[in-house]
Amino acid sequence: MCGLPLVEDPNIIIGMESGDDAGVYRLSDELAIIQTVDYITPIVDDPYTFGQIAAANALSDVYAMGGRPVTALNIVCFPISKQHVAVLQDILRGGLEKLREAGVALLGGHSVEDEELKFGLAVTGVVHPAMIVARDTPQLGDKLILTKPIGTGIVTTALKGGVAELADLETVYLSMSTLNKQASELMVESGCHACTDVTGFGLLGHACGMIEDSGFGMEVFLSAIQLFSGTTEYAGMGLVPAGARRNRDFRRHQVEAACELSDEMWDVLFDPQTSGGLLIAIPPENAGAFLATLHGNGVADAAVIGEVVAEPKGRILVKE
Amino acid sequence: MTEVDVRGLSCPMPVIKTKQALDSVESGDEVLVILNDATARDNVTRLAKSKKCTISEEVREDEYHLTLTKG
Repeated sequence: MCGLPLVEDPNIIIGMESGDDAGVYRLSDELAIIQTVDYITPIVDDPYTFGQIAAANALSDVYAMGGRPVTALNIVCFPISKQHVAVLQDILRGGLEKLREAGVALLGGHSVEDEELKFGLAVTGVVHPAMIVARDTPQLGDKLILTKPIGTGIVTTALKGGVAELADLETVYLSMSTLNKQASELMVESGCHACTDVTGFGLLGHACGMIEDSGFGMEVFLSAIQLFSGTTEYAGMGLVPAGARRNRDFRRHQVEAACELSDEMWDVLFDPQTSGGLLIAIPPENAGAFLATLHGNGVADAAVIGEVVAEPKGRILVKE
Repeated sequence: MTEVDVRGLSCPMPVIKTKQALDSVESGDEVLVILNDATARDNVTRLAKSKKCTISEEVREDEYHLTLTKG
């Protein structure tokens, strides 16, 4: 979109310039709509599970803004001449069940024939204009809480390589198909200052996006970051998705390491996630209670992984 | 010697194809991997080290020729 003139509208609250997780448009003083779209190629073998994961992944951007998703449209690209329609039916069923769980109405969708299968959703949500949670508004001293472990890209790459352990895969599938709904509702109640969901740019990629224009810096504690079982082993075998290196090359200048970081660990920190957790900036005085509330409400893997500091401005310091 | 040409393939295919080749040969056998991407070269090297292979690398213009001897 670089260089293309955008349509201006005074009701745009969060638009393209922000690069936030979704767009937000004011309808009235009390109501704004959130719009987002996301679709992915298969990362798991089972069609129903793929549908569940793709749906959870698409809904996540609304949750990251502190909103409530209300309607969705399917986006389907399917090789109908090469794969049986029953595969598509299972994908759609998986997506529909996840929407039912989220309380979101499916209003329709669009499909095209495509050699490469893709599935996802366009999602509309609602939020009060005063309650929007943006990406780039963390405050000095905020604790950073991550609600899911990282490593989905590496573990699913290990699946492609035929080496992933079934237990490791099942843990990742469950996490990827888990909605960020509960975490989102609780973060709004707890007075969070900023949030982004951790997806294709990896943990450090999305963290850089949160901090770069905030006027503050970020410290991230390596030992506090939870990894899915098998992540470091598979990364050590070179089973790393292409996106990890692209993410790292794009943001490397914004990240300093105050501790020894192996090449594998750099890949893990920039590993592109599918349907990852929320990275939430919460006032320090609320962080302990918020974390306990998350744990008590099924967000068992939530952990404090860092904090917002004065320096280095717009950059991340990775510590042990 | 088994030859694996992964030029033009995106990660993780170079690693996956190299692993398949290594799995198909005996200890002491050689696998020649031909690559044209530095990231793929790094990842294949990492795989080879994790599999206890000895690695001999030759750089030719835009290509990397890795001779892996299975451990």
